[in-house]
Amino acid sequence: MTEDRRPKELFVIPSSEAPTDASRVADFTPDLIDVGEHHLCPGCGEPIAIRAVMDAIALLGLAEKSVAVFGIGCSTAFSNNLDVEVLQALHGRAPSVATGVSRVRPGLAVFTIQGDGDMANEGLQEVLHCAARGENIVCIMLNNGVFGETGGHLTVTTTIGQRTKNTIEGRDAAKHGHPMRIAELLAQIDGVGYVARGAVNDAGNVARTKRMMVEAFTAQQQGLGLSFVEVLTMCPTGWFVPTDEAPNYLAETIAGTHAVGVLRSALPSSPSD
Amino acid sequence: MSARLVEGSEAFAQAMVSAGCRFFAGYPMTPFTEVLEHMAAALPTVGGVCMNAESELEAVGMVWGAAAAGTRAATGSTGQGLSLMQESIAEAALAGIGFVVLNMARGQGDYFQATRGGGHGDYRTPVLAPSGPAEVSQLIGEAFDLADRWRNPVMVVGDYYMAHTWVDVELSEDYPEPRSAPDWTLDGSTGGTGGAKLVSPLGTTKQRDGVGYDLAAHYAHADQQREAMAAGITPRAETTQTEDAEILLVAYGTMARYAESVVAMLRSEGHAVGLVRPITLWPYPERQVAEAAAGCRLVAVYENNAGQMIDDVKLSVLGVAPVVGLNGYRTDSSAFGISPDVSVEQLAASVRELLETS
Ligand SMILES: Cc1ncc(C[n+]2csc(CCOP(=O)(O)OP(=O)(O)O)c2C)c(N)n1
Ligand code: SF4
Ligand SMILES: [Mg+2]
Repeated sequence: MTEDRRPKELFVIPSSEAPTDASRVADFTPDLIDVGEHHLCPGCGEPIAIRAVMDAIALLGLAEKSVAVFGIGCSTAFSNNLDVEVLQALHGRAPSVATGVSRVRPGLAVFTIQGDGDMANEGLQEVLHCAARGENIVCIMLNNGVFGETGGHLTVTTTIGQRTKNTIEGRDAAKHGHPMRIAELLAQIDGVGYVARGAVNDAGNVARTKRMMVEAFTAQQQGLGLSFVEVLTMCPTGWFVPTDEAPNYLAETIAGTHAVGVLRSALPSSPSD
Repeated sequence: MSARLVEGSEAFAQAMVSAGCRFFAGYPMTPFTEVLEHMAAALPTVGGVCMNAESELEAVGMVWGAAAAGTRAATGSTGQGLSLMQESIAEAALAGIGFVVLNMARGQGDYFQATRGGGHGDYRTPVLAPSGPAEVSQLIGEAFDLADRWRNPVMVVGDYYMAHTWVDVELSEDYPEPRSAPDWTLDGSTGGTGGAKLVSPLGTTKQRDGVGYDLAAHYAHADQQREAMAAGITPRAETTQTEDAEILLVAYGTMARYAESVVAMLRSEGHAVGLVRPITLWPYPERQVAEAAAGCRLVAVYENNAGQMIDDVKLSVLGVAPVVGLNGYRTDSSAFGISPDVSVEQLAASVRELLETS
């Protein structure tokens, strides 16, 4: 990581005005991400969330001491577009893998990137145990309420009324059970240093999510225990909605159950909202 | 080196620490539990880390991470716990992540799980089988070397008897500095260079100008690696009085020690009985077993299960001599792999019967 590549401040295109040419160029040349092609769908929220992570790492100067541990989901296809060291874990297993890295290399900024299916279905106990141990890592959950990668199936975070491939009329509590709120679950565990839920459905939420990432990694670097950031991401393909309707669908169908905000912070400075 | 009276499981733990293991994670289960206890006591004294993992799934996950970050790492369990770990063991082989797995079995019913691989896909794990604590130290060191050399999980098989018998063993009390982290392992430092490292069961191609992972290339590479590993590890066995044997016993681990006594006993009675003890269960010492079986009247496979290793013996002997199984021993009520009928007298009686009837 060379000094000149590091952004001097968080950069967000104002949503109220048309972007200038210069800001367009800056926005399309992010740090630590290979901007070549990738396999994710148009309109997918996951690359935006991952970019927020990379921006925070670049801003905090952590590129040379980061290890990303990826779960298995759509974001896996993006893991070799990153210019930080990546360790691929199995479906559900990233928090324990990150624990192993962090315990033998304690100074590093070790973080996980997992989907909601990966973290909250297949491996929920892993992140809970990491939280209780106060494991000094950052866990990031990209929450679209579906198994995007397998074709849009129900997960434990799917909200009531949300369409998925196996709840095509919308999730019905009587038939399919209730959604779990993962950030809230983690926020009440002693051992966490920071818990927040962001979203990437509009510019304001993207900016907020970037600040959350900065705070999460700051807390991790200060040794405050587990940092957890959940990010609500669009999955137009798995939700069976047109790409341009996905941001609104997120706001209307998902964010009502999974509210955006900082739930807990041990940082001395004031949290992002 | 000094001889000390220790519990077998302490011999396993000391051997790991001496071999440079600095990360261990486990979840209690008999007869693996005491190894975990000894590691929890020993590792912090040499700057290592022992994790009381909340499950076997997490134990092997932690070891995956520690090994990928360049530390010699190990985990272990017993039957059920190892069943839970199989997904990670199988994929670690594909990811090129080497670590040691202790298989502290109950009896020998997990021979297939250990040697065939209880997980999915085209992978193999080298398996070493000491016959008792005295051999543990050497084989544990070799297991870590193999894990490093082939970047593959390596299994060491013990059992209840080995874990819980107190024995006088030579234990090294000085701990050499662990080897430095191999080049491929992660420490974060290549981030931001345009070529950050990647360790993954999907391959390590950072396709800077392409898209995604090249799985065809990765799987082909993994096949080559596995074949090279199979060819590169010398199968080992110990033979006892096999030259003129009419009846050849084949046994591994604790069972081989009973068989050894029986060979000595029957030889003193004038019977031509010999023993082959496989030390590597994978790759299997086929040549040694075949050579020892040549000219025998009968090959008898003595194992504390319903008959598993007998398949490998038949594959080795390939019809040169008839192969029978001395197995199917009932377990005591603890179900920890202790079998009342496993005894020198019983085995001697069985072999005498074979001498008369075959
Ligand atoms: C043990 C195991 N079970 C199932 C799968 C199949 N699988 C791959 S990705 C996935 C779901 C991913 O969903 P999520 O974590 O929410 O990520 P998304 O694709 O939505 O980003 C599943 C079930 C697997 N890879 N491994
Ligand atoms: S299926 Fe959904 S989560 Fe997966 S790439 Fe497409 S939009 Fe993104
Ligand atoms: Mg998902």
